[in-house]
Amino acid sequence: MSATSTVRSAASVAAGEAAAPIIELKGVSKRFSKKLDFAGKIAQKLGAPVKDETVHAVDGVDLVVRKGEVVGLVGESGCGKSTLGRMVAGIMPASAGEIFWHGKKLDTLTGAEARNAKLQTQMIFQDPYASLNPRMRVADIVGEAPLVHGLTRRGEWDAYVDNQMRRAGLDPAFKRRYPHQFSGGQRQRIGIARALAVQPEFIVCDEAVAALDVSIQAQILNLFMELRQELNLTYLFISHDLGVVEHLSDRVVIMYLGRVVEEAPAEEIFARANHPYTQALLAEVPRIEARKKSFAGIKGEIPSPLNPPSGCHFHPRCPHAFARCKLERPALREIAPGHKSACHLNDAA
Amino acid sequence: MSQTQMQTTSMAATAAAPTLEVRDLQTHFFTRAGVVKAVDGVSFTVGRGKVLGLVGESGSGKTVTGFSILGLVDAPGRIVGGDILFHGQNLAKLKEEEMRQLRGNRIAMIFQDPMMTLNPVLRVDTQMIETVLAHTKVSKEEARQRARDTLGMVGIPSPDERLKSYPHQFSGGMRQRVAIAIALLHRPELIVADEPTTALDVTIQAQILAEVQKLCAETGTAMIWITHDLSVVAGLADDIAVMYAGRVVERGAVSEVLDQPLHPYTHGLIGSVPSRNKRGEKLRQIPGMTPSLLSLPPGCAFRTRCPRAQEDCARDPALSELMPGRLARCFHPHLAAQGSAVRGAAAEGNPA
Repeated sequence: MSATSTVRSAASVAAGEAAAPIIELKGVSKRFSKKLDFAGKIAQKLGAPVKDETVHAVDGVDLVVRKGEVVGLVGESGCGKSTLGRMVAGIMPASAGEIFWHGKKLDTLTGAEARNAKLQTQMIFQDPYASLNPRMRVADIVGEAPLVHGLTRRGEWDAYVDNQMRRAGLDPAFKRRYPHQFSGGQRQRIGIARALAVQPEFIVCDEAVAALDVSIQAQILNLFMELRQELNLTYLFISHDLGVVEHLSDRVVIMYLGRVVEEAPAEEIFARANHPYTQALLAEVPRIEARKKSFAGIKGEIPSPLNPPSGCHFHPRCPHAFARCKLERPALREIAPGHKSACHLNDAA
Repeated sequence: MSQTQMQTTSMAATAAAPTLEVRDLQTHFFTRAGVVKAVDGVSFTVGRGKVLGLVGESGSGKTVTGFSILGLVDAPGRIVGGDILFHGQNLAKLKEEEMRQLRGNRIAMIFQDPMMTLNPVLRVDTQMIETVLAHTKVSKEEARQRARDTLGMVGIPSPDERLKSYPHQFSGGMRQRVAIAIALLHRPELIVADEPTTALDVTIQAQILAEVQKLCAETGTAMIWITHDLSVVAGLADDIAVMYAGRVVERGAVSEVLDQPLHPYTHGLIGSVPSRNKRGEKLRQIPGMTPSLLSLPPGCAFRTRCPRAQEDCARDPALSELMPGRLARCFHPHLAAQGSAVRGAAAEGNPA
């Protein structure tokens, strides 16, 4: 039954609009600014050209995640993918824009609704060493939240925790241990068990397999896919690893310097990438099938988000850039059903 | 014994010898908890202008192998056996002073974290000129010239200005380029690169790989590329050596090993990498985890996780040539004779 539901969800993703969105972002931005210190303020008073430094970590992003789908969010370091993930998970407020949870605006939810929304969205972090409290036993790490939120009672607590651990592939016999007594892969399983213990419908995975060895990474990826089938979960899977994203995702969103540059179903984006950045990224991903290839490399560095280039953020490195790219920010526009891209070249054609 | 050794080395040297030949290298760490055999019988060769990919997961001994070649193993670790023949000269037996003459001159190393190579409180030019002057008698001006040319060679724009910068003023990718430039200053015959692109972004990694490819082809430098990433090795290396628990379990040409792995571990490792043609399918995972080097099972170290393990695996398999140019350390390898080894294996291994 779970298998058919995944098939159905995959089909509905292909159809486009069928499933209801769990979360919807409209023009969401996140800015971090560093206020001037005392000396800076004096310098400013005296007419020195100093200002507050502002990083546009996320800059006007629209994103929809529908029930049952796996959305892969890809980008290089500093592109704002983790910040976006944190805003989606409700850990961080947005500076601008609106986030809708099941069609309701997130910041207008009443207390009980807001708590439910938070509980239904859980996050799995990159570093399984830093994201677990080293002074708590595994049973408490996994079992604290469900007890607090009334998902289980004291009497049933032990069995509940055992169940959660078993589901994440951990032996419940280890529940009295501390995180440092586990290997990296097992710790990541603890993080997964903790996230699933409050019975969420939506999971944000922030580079959840990046720190693991290849063989362990495969185990965790398989676990993610099994859990998705079993519990009908929805994932936002954040990663810099295109191979992992391609393997897991129904839909892929590519970010560059705080903006979404392309968004399409996974097959579509890997077969017909439209944005020059996506094309470059795909061309340069080392693949096990490619032998003795000659690496070319797009020129230049990723610019600092403190001082991003004008117009299209990618234009200084883009092989097809023309005058308009420097001046005008390209809009994310649909170029094929379900396939959006933010590039001026699409208008010219 | 030393005489026969001399003979073999001189013979090897005449027959267009490989730049580096490692024979049965053993590096052990004598800790309080016991002897950790981090490297336990590793052999491989690297020829002029060739790239050897040394692949393994964390704790497999690939980095210690690299450190052993450069003579950088610190106490409680020690090279306890084997030969490291660099143009016929046994590095394992050299005195520290002789090793210093080679290190940074004819053999260089690039580390994963460029901040480990670069001194944060010295300008890049100071560090590079120092390296030049350590091995050649040239004037400071000539040394600066050479530093500038090398920076240009690795693709750093406006090298004259960048020479005057401190390491923290460079981005991660640029910093790694500086580290590579320092390794290249003396046009070494051998470079050991330890996960040099692991910390970098995909587009930056591609730039570095492009530079490295060009340099190996142009200067004839032999390279040992240590990594856990099979995909990088697939695109870059000529030969591959797969390590598991301190031993090379499989060796051969990249395309052959990746297309038709003989050892079950290599097989499992390749199956673990998500790739285009396996989208959405379950990955063929290796069960269990890497064993602690302190408590390795006797016999084949992989047998507790191996789907093909049988009774005789309790004995130690030797690294033997199973097919022309293909070595593996296994009693039950995936041989072509058993019919399309790669696909048949999963079905074949499971019921056992």
